[in-house]
Amino acid sequence: MKSMYLAFLAIVALAVLADFGLHRAGFSVQEATSGPSVRLD
Amino acid sequence: MAIITQRLLSFIAALTPVLILVLMQGTAVLAQEAAPVDPRTATGGAQTLEDILARQRGEAVDYDFRRAATGDPAGAAPMTGQLGTLGGVSDPELWRALRYGTADVTVSSHGPAAAVIIQDSGMTWLTFREGPLATYGGYLLLGVLGALLLFYLLRGRIRIDGEKAGITILRFSAIERFAHWLLAGSFVLLGITGLTMLFGRMAIIPLLGKQAYAPYAIAGKWVHNNVSWAFMLGLVLVTVFWLAHNIPNRHDLKWLALGGGLFSKNVHPPAKKFNAGQKIIFWGVLVLGVSISVSGLSLLFPFQMPLFAATFEKLNALGLPQLVGLGDLPTTLLPHQEMQLAQLWHAIVAFLFIAIILAHIYLGTVGMEGAFDAMGSGEVDEQWAKEHHGLWYEDVTGKPAHDPAGHPAE
Repeated sequence: MKSMYLAFLAIVALAVLADFGLHRAGFSVQEATSGPSVRLD
Repeated sequence: MAIITQRLLSFIAALTPVLILVLMQGTAVLAQEAAPVDPRTATGGAQTLEDILARQRGEAVDYDFRRAATGDPAGAAPMTGQLGTLGGVSDPELWRALRYGTADVTVSSHGPAAAVIIQDSGMTWLTFREGPLATYGGYLLLGVLGALLLFYLLRGRIRIDGEKAGITILRFSAIERFAHWLLAGSFVLLGITGLTMLFGRMAIIPLLGKQAYAPYAIAGKWVHNNVSWAFMLGLVLVTVFWLAHNIPNRHDLKWLALGGGLFSKNVHPPAKKFNAGQKIIFWGVLVLGVSISVSGLSLLFPFQMPLFAATFEKLNALGLPQLVGLGDLPTTLLPHQEMQLAQLWHAIVAFLFIAIILAHIYLGTVGMEGAFDAMGSGEVDEQWAKEHHGLWYEDVTGKPAHDPAGHPAE
């Protein structure tokens, strides 16, 4: 069962990494499709 | 006599213009009947009452006459002339150009969608999503669950027919199990969050209320967006590990002919590492998984990965839509229409995917004794291996799986 738990842990880790990484890389929809005149937050 | 003749000539002379006029009108009428009649002459080219009624009846109306009526700046009076400053485009013509996406729009935002001021395909998307998609998708899943319950009630749990050997052999290595659970775990999360997003407004909000649903919806969206990467990685891994084992072979026909032995006891058609049923699941997962991943990426990066116009163009060239009576599919789509189609396709594929996986989960857990061990610990009882994957057992152990009578060797 270790493989299963490890895989579940990997799902969480990948999700957090993806969220963090894509924002860092400027891939968020907000940044990709808005201009400087648009207030994002 | 002369007087009569003179009066007659005067009458004819007076009548001649009238006759000519009547003849001209008659000719004009005939010419009108011969030439194709523009049904919108009376409205000066604008839509008619018949157009409006046809639209209200739900009939298809060709709107090219409106789409093209966006003014003629080149034909406008010069700026220096009278009325020149009005240009060649009236307000209705400008709005029409905006309406059909042909206006020359400049915006400060990025992205192709920003320049689309008006799009009207949203209602079609919404009504399909809340109507046929949710209805038939829901029925499909309920139908599969009902069929599995019926199967369980009729057949019960598929037991190991022979005596358990008490000796186990390794069926799936740790990395294979990791890949399977990466795919399976992410699929379950994506399935649950996807279904609750689709049925949220219809089923969950009436049940829990908007305030309770809102934080769940936000969390569900985050999970759905970000867990997708684990799903795609899992799909790649299982494909690499298992593709070669899932190439169809002659044993699959026998397995299918016997229904995999699922419907009767002591029937165990031969199978290698994967039987025909598992191969169907594998190829289903691969095809649907790739399709749902590509449409998911298109949704994840809005307007940056348009898929459908190019796909429709290829399908039209192959003649497939025409073959089933759909005619030519549109090859020019607004960015929003691309997103709407991607969302609908994503959901349709998801429903089929979930339906298949429900059957897979059933057989891998409560439906078959010993099946979960293959993915749990990775070790399966030798007797289970002989009964369900006899040829694979022989390959791995070098021992015969069946006695000469064809029964699994004890």
